[in-house]
Amino acid sequence: MRGGVLIAPVALIGCSGPLSTLQPGGATATEIAWLWWVMLAGAVALTMMMVVLIAMAFGAPRDTGARVWTHGMGLAFSLVVLSATLGAGLWVGERILPRDDGAVEVRARAFQWGWRFTHTDSDGNPVETDGLLHIPAGQPVDVLITSEDVIHSFWVPRLAGKLDAIPGRTNRARISADAPGTYAGLCAEFCGLGHARMRFDVQAHDTWPPALPDESEAP
Amino acid sequence: MSDTSLTPRTGTIAPNPPRRALALHRELQSVWANDRGLWGQMTAVSHTTLGLRFMATAIIFFAIGGILSMLIRAQLASHQGAFLDTELYNQIFTMHGSIMMFLFAIPMLEGLAIWLLPKMLGTRDMAFPRLTALGYWCYLFGGLIMLTALLFGVAPRDGWFMYTPLSSAAYSPGINADVWLLGVTFVEISAIAAAVEITVTILRQRAPGMKLTQMPLFAWYMLGTSAMMLVGFPPLIAGSVLLEIERAFDWPFFDPARGGDPLLWQHLFWLFGHPEVYIIFLPAAGVMSMMIPVLCRTTILGYGAIVAAILGLVFLSFGLWVHHMFTVGIPHMALAFFSAASVLVAVPTAVQVFAWIGTMWKGSPQLHLPMYHILGFFLTFVMGGLTGVMLAIVPFNWQAHDTAFVTAHLHYVLIGGFVFPMMAAATYWMPLITGRRRVKGLGEAAFWVILIGFHGTFFIMHLTGLMGMPRRIDVYPDNPEWVWLNLTSSIFSFVLTIGFAMFVLDLILQATLGKRESRNPWRAPTFDWAMPIPSPNYNFASLPTARHLDRDADEVILPLARGEGILPGAPNGRRELLVTRVGDAQPDHVGVLPGNTALPLALSASIGVFVLLMLASLYALAGIALVPVAVLIWVWVRGMAPGDNLASVAVTPGLRLPVHHHARASLGQSGLVAFLVANGTLFASLLFGLAFVSVVTPGPEAPISTFTPRTTAIALGLVTLAVGLASACVAWSGRHGAAMLALLLNLGALVVLVWMAATQLDDPTRHARDALRAVMAGYVGLHLLVAAGMAAFALDQFRRGEITVDVTGAWPALRLWQRYTSVTTLVTIGVLTAQAVMS
Repeated sequence: MRGGVLIAPVALIGCSGPLSTLQPGGATATEIAWLWWVMLAGAVALTMMMVVLIAMAFGAPRDTGARVWTHGMGLAFSLVVLSATLGAGLWVGERILPRDDGAVEVRARAFQWGWRFTHTDSDGNPVETDGLLHIPAGQPVDVLITSEDVIHSFWVPRLAGKLDAIPGRTNRARISADAPGTYAGLCAEFCGLGHARMRFDVQAHDTWPPALPDESEAP
Repeated sequence: MSDTSLTPRTGTIAPNPPRRALALHRELQSVWANDRGLWGQMTAVSHTTLGLRFMATAIIFFAIGGILSMLIRAQLASHQGAFLDTELYNQIFTMHGSIMMFLFAIPMLEGLAIWLLPKMLGTRDMAFPRLTALGYWCYLFGGLIMLTALLFGVAPRDGWFMYTPLSSAAYSPGINADVWLLGVTFVEISAIAAAVEITVTILRQRAPGMKLTQMPLFAWYMLGTSAMMLVGFPPLIAGSVLLEIERAFDWPFFDPARGGDPLLWQHLFWLFGHPEVYIIFLPAAGVMSMMIPVLCRTTILGYGAIVAAILGLVFLSFGLWVHHMFTVGIPHMALAFFSAASVLVAVPTAVQVFAWIGTMWKGSPQLHLPMYHILGFFLTFVMGGLTGVMLAIVPFNWQAHDTAFVTAHLHYVLIGGFVFPMMAAATYWMPLITGRRRVKGLGEAAFWVILIGFHGTFFIMHLTGLMGMPRRIDVYPDNPEWVWLNLTSSIFSFVLTIGFAMFVLDLILQATLGKRESRNPWRAPTFDWAMPIPSPNYNFASLPTARHLDRDADEVILPLARGEGILPGAPNGRRELLVTRVGDAQPDHVGVLPGNTALPLALSASIGVFVLLMLASLYALAGIALVPVAVLIWVWVRGMAPGDNLASVAVTPGLRLPVHHHARASLGQSGLVAFLVANGTLFASLLFGLAFVSVVTPGPEAPISTFTPRTTAIALGLVTLAVGLASACVAWSGRHGAAMLALLLNLGALVVLVWMAATQLDDPTRHARDALRAVMAGYVGLHLLVAAGMAAFALDQFRRGEITVDVTGAWPALRLWQRYTSVTTLVTIGVLTAQAVMS
C-alpha cells in the first residue's frame, strides 16, 4: 500500500485525522499528498533563499547589475521553478481524472443539509442511502454529484479532492479507497445554517455490491 | 489655442521671478483652504483632506472588521463553539470579509492615491475634486448602511462572495443579501470615481516635461491599478445589479430551473474578484518601489523591468479568475490553461521582488521603522506567494480549496502584500501628514508584536486546512484533532490585535505629541517631499517642472515656495493647475477647478435615499427618488459652465496658456473617456451573461418568443435610424439646431424602444435569456435618456450663450456620449436580431 509510506512519518508529527488530506486512504489522495510534500520542500527552500538574499543586502553597497535580478532571477529562475511545478501539477491532474474505463458509478445528491446517495445492488436496482455512501474498495469509483437547492461540495479528504454539487448540473468525481473501512466526508462549500454539520461517511467494501442489512436502506 | 502651439520646450521655460514665500502662501490659502469648522469639512473637496479622510475612515473600518475577526477566533477556539449562534456567526464572517475588502482595502488604496498622487506628480489637486468628495460620501454612507444592518442583526450572511442560489430570494429571504448588493454597489461608486480621476490625473497633470518614462514608479503602479479598476469593477456591478433585480423582481438570471446559471454569478464575481487582488497589491508594491530606494540611499534597480512587470500583471490578472472555480466541474484542459496563467502571474511579481532585493544590494539599507515593515512584507508576502502558486496547481487546489489553507493563504497575501506595505507607508509619510517626528520605541515594539501575532495565527492555519477543516464552519464537535491548532491561532490572533492597537497608538502619539520634524526628513528625491510639512492644501506655491526632477527635494523646496516654478500663487482668485499632454507632458492649458461645495454631500445623500428605498422594497418610491438625483447632477454639471474670466493665464513670463474652456481636450473630456471604458466593460459583462446562458448553461431551453417579427423589425429599424441620425447631428457641428435634433431623435428612439419592450419583449420572469434581453433593452434605454438629457443641457447652454465659436461647453461630451450610445444600441439590436434569426 503506497499510502502506508506516508502514514508512518505523518502520524508522528500530528497530521493524521479522519479528515486529513495528509493521511491519504486512496490512490488519488496519495498522489496529491505527495505533490504537497514536494511543493512544501520547494517552498521552504525558496523562502530560505529569499531570507538569505535579503539578509545579505544589509552591508556595504555592492556593484550589482540590474539584469541579474530582473532577467536572471525574476524571469529565468522563476520560470524554471514555476514550469516544473506546473508540469508536475498537470501530470498528476491527468492521472487522477475520471476516464472511460467502466468504473463503478454511484450518485450523490446534496441538499440543505444532508446527502442522499445511490448505488446499484446485485440485481441492478438502485439503492438509496442517507448520509452513508457505499463504494467498492481497491478500485476507482465515479461519483455523479448534483444538488437539489444551493451549491454544496462533495469532499472525502482521505480519498480525493472536492467537487462542487451544483443545481442544474451533474459533476463526475473519481475517488478510490485502498482498503475497506469508513472514510469521513463533508460539505466544503458554505451552504447556510447547517453547513458545519453537513457530514457524511463513505463505507468501502471488499465485496461489491455489498450485502446491506435492511435497516440501512432508506426508502 | 494658438498660444499652445508656441509652447517652448519645457527645458527652456523661463522661471518666474522669486517672491516672498509667506505672501504667496497667504494668497493660495485664501483660495485653496477648506471652509472653517464642521461645515468646512462637509464642503471640502481638497485631495489632501479627502485622501486623509478616506484613509482614516478605512482604518476605523479595519478596526471594526478586526473586532469581528476576534469574535470568529473566539468562537473557533474550542470545538463546541463559544457563544455565537450560527446565524450570527454567518453574518459576522460575511461582514468581516466584506468590510476588509470593500470598506478597508479598496478605500485605503484610493485614499492613498488621492492624497499622494498630486503631490508626487507636482500638481495641486486631483482632476475632479468634487468627484473625490462624492466618492468619499458614497463610501461612508454605503459603509454605514452595512454596519447598521449588522447592529440590527440583518447583515449579509451568505459569505463575502455571495454565491447564488444561496443568496437568491428563495434561500436567503429578508433584506440581508440586499444590504450587501446595494451597499457594496453604493460604495463602488467611489471606486469607479477614484479610478476615473486617478487615470486622468496621471495622464494629464504630470509636471511639465515629466514623460511617462520619468514618472515615479508609484504613478505607474496607480495607472495600472486604475486601469484594472475601470475594467474589474463593472463585472461586479453588473452581477450585483442582476442579482438585486432577480431578488426584487424575480428575473431568473441565476435560477437553474428557468435557464439561469449560478456559475454566471461566479464568473462575474471572480472576473472582478481576482483582478481585485492585484488592485490591492499594486498600490502597495508602488509605495515599496518608492520607499526602498530612499531608505537604501540609492535609486531603483530595473525601472523598465518593473514597468513591464506592472503591465504584465494588469494583463495576466484578467486571465486567471477561473482559479477560484477549479472545483465547479470545468474540464481539465480548460483548467490547465487557467492553472498556467495563474502560475505565470507569479513571474512579474518575482521580477518586482527581485528588483527590490537588488536595489537593497545596490544601496545600503538603513533600519528605520518603515524598513522593519518592508522586511515584514518580504517574509510574509513571499510565503503567501508560494502558497498561491501551490493553490494554482489544480490537483492540490481540489484538496485545499475552501479550507483553512485558503484562509491562511489569503491573509498572508493581503496582510503581507497590503497591510505591511501600508504600515511602512504610514510610518514613512507621517511627517508629511502631521509635520511631526515620531516617538521612538513604540513603533518597533508594535512591529514585532504584529509580526509574531500574524505568523502565530496564520502559519499553523495551513496545517488546519490540510487536516480537513473547511472555511466558514462555526463548530467542529467531531474533530478534537483541530482543537490545538485553532486554539493556537486564536491566542496569537489576540496578540496580533494588540500589535495593531499599538501601531495606531503610535500614529496618534506622533500626531499629537511628536516634536517638529524638519522638511524632507528621508532626503527623498521626489516632489511629494518638495513642499512644506505638514503639506498645505495647494501643495506647491508654484508648480515644479522636469527641471526639478531627480534632484534632492531639499534643493527644490525653497525655489518652488518662492514662486520660481510655474503658475505661482492664485492671482485670479480661483483654483488653477496646469494640464499637460498625455505622452510628453508638454503644457496644454490651465485647468480651473471648482472650490468648496456641499453638492457632493447632497448628491450622495440623495443616492443614499434611493438605496434605502430599494432596501425597503419601495420600488415605485425609489424610482421617484431618482428625480432629485438627476436634478443634482444637472446642477453639478452647471457648475462646470464657464465663468466671466476666460482670458489666458501667464504661467511663466514667456508663456500664456488658455483656460480649459478653450481647450479641445479638457480634463473632463479625458474623464468621460475613462468612464466610458468602465461603462463599456459593464455592457460587455451583460453581453457575456447573455452568451453564457444561451450557450453554456445546461438548463431548460427558452420557450418560443412571442414577438411579431414585422412589428419588431420596424421598431428596431426606427431606433437604428434615430441613433444613427443623432450621431450624425452631433458630429455635424456645434449648432443650436443640431442639439435640438439630437434631443428629439434620442427621445423618439426611447419612446419606440419602450413601446417595443412593453409589447414585443417576452416576459422577463419566464427565462434567464428573456430577462437578460430585457436588461439590455433597459441599458440602451437609460443611455438614450442620458443622451437626451445631455442634448437638452447643450440646448440650454446655447440659450445662455455659453457655447460659442471657441468655447466648447458640453458639446464634446455630448458628441462622445452620443457615439457610445449609438454603438451600444446597434450592437444590442444586432445581437438580439442574430439570436432571433438563429433560433
